[in-house]
Amino acid sequence: MAEEASALALAIDLVISQDADLFEIIVLSLKVSLSAAFFACIIGFSLGALIATNRFLGRPILIVVINALMGLPPVVVGLIVYLYLSRSGPLGFLGLLYTPTAMIIAQTLLITPIITALSKQLLEDMYSEYEEQFRAFGLTRRQTVSALLWDARLSLITVALAGFGRAVAEVGAVMIVGGNIDHLTRVMTTAIALETSKGNLALAMALGLVLMSISLAINALAQSLRLTQARSSYA
Amino acid sequence: MHEQKEQTGLRVRGLGLSIDGEELLSDIDFSLSNTGITVLMGPNGAGKSLLMRVLHGLISATVGEVTWNGAAVSPEVTRRQSLVFQSPVLLRRSVSANVDFVLRARGVRAPKKRDAALDQVGLLQLAKHSARTLSGGEKQRLALARALVTKPDALLLDEPTANLDPSAVQIIERIVEKTAKGGAKVIFVTHDLGQARRLADDVLFLHLGKLLEHSPANEFFAVPKSAAAKAYLQGDIPL
Repeated sequence: MAEEASALALAIDLVISQDADLFEIIVLSLKVSLSAAFFACIIGFSLGALIATNRFLGRPILIVVINALMGLPPVVVGLIVYLYLSRSGPLGFLGLLYTPTAMIIAQTLLITPIITALSKQLLEDMYSEYEEQFRAFGLTRRQTVSALLWDARLSLITVALAGFGRAVAEVGAVMIVGGNIDHLTRVMTTAIALETSKGNLALAMALGLVLMSISLAINALAQSLRLTQARSSYA
Repeated sequence: MHEQKEQTGLRVRGLGLSIDGEELLSDIDFSLSNTGITVLMGPNGAGKSLLMRVLHGLISATVGEVTWNGAAVSPEVTRRQSLVFQSPVLLRRSVSANVDFVLRARGVRAPKKRDAALDQVGLLQLAKHSARTLSGGEKQRLALARALVTKPDALLLDEPTANLDPSAVQIIERIVEKTAKGGAKVIFVTHDLGQARRLADDVLFLHLGKLLEHSPANEFFAVPKSAAAKAYLQGDIPL
């Protein structure tokens, strides 16, 4: 209990004192995970909409594969990205290993199946409601997909948050492809893992509290956006 | 059967529809002029909604042909029609955005047309409200505004007043009559005999997937030719 109290005090102290190292880690964590969530949303929403509104050969298999990939272990993703980006790998010439870009790639791969599967499910439900009306309107495929994405925007924010939450909380993939290099690729989760291994539990817990607070703040912001829009009666 | 002589308008020849081997519509032949209100009647399961969907190109007929002013049903043809369903599907947007959506889908940005359509159905004062919070009657009027804003040549209405209260029914009937007087063809599905008497210029009577009668409304209600129509008008279940 004393350890928790000292961790909380340390966390507050780190924030109040505007610890430069801590803020650097926070900023990098947000930069990596928000970028990954952004790219995964672009891919996942598009793919989800295409699967939701089309019937094609192999669709059931594709859905099973995407659903299975939702449970992909981060270390496996990290390992795959590592193999591709390492000097001897097919993309080694890019020199991306142990950079924030490699971490963004790994997190994007990790959360794209989650965003695809969740958005496909909610867009499919909405499409089953809208399909006949859209056909009666004579909409093109592109108009159908863009209308679905727009009408599902509030629910898709939740999907994006789920993806961001998974990205910001994972440690295995960014540890492998980022290397946890101080002032370069150290993020909240890898810093926590490092401090724990060093036996510096209070600092590790303090970092954990800061990470949870950031996650809570982003979710609260998104929720308030949802409520504001719902109150504007466009839900 | 009552046949129109005009070469224009809607012509249905030998139409049949089978789904999974089950014959749902068969041997349907009729012609309709480009104006007036045609009421499509028949007991549940007669195939009225299916026929409306075939006329609008949502379902392809298994056999036969449907032509509007000589042209086979195609996306270009159906874009000059509007279909309103019994339970309208409204977008998760405001009332005005629902109407805008239909205009924009046709590449048109016309706030004046939108407002005129909403005014026509008495919803202009609710333009900024969420479409999903409207009452049943208001939702159906919004669906009508969406259907009318493109000035369709033909308005297909599949039981648009089912489950609505009498005042909402009256409002919708007035809009439909005004639309027909404006020169559009209206095809209206209803089970309400009183409504059919009030609106119909002619009646199509469908039973078990077959068209049993096509008569001027006064003839149909005074002297129905088929035993099934007679039984239907008397409130019995046609055999």
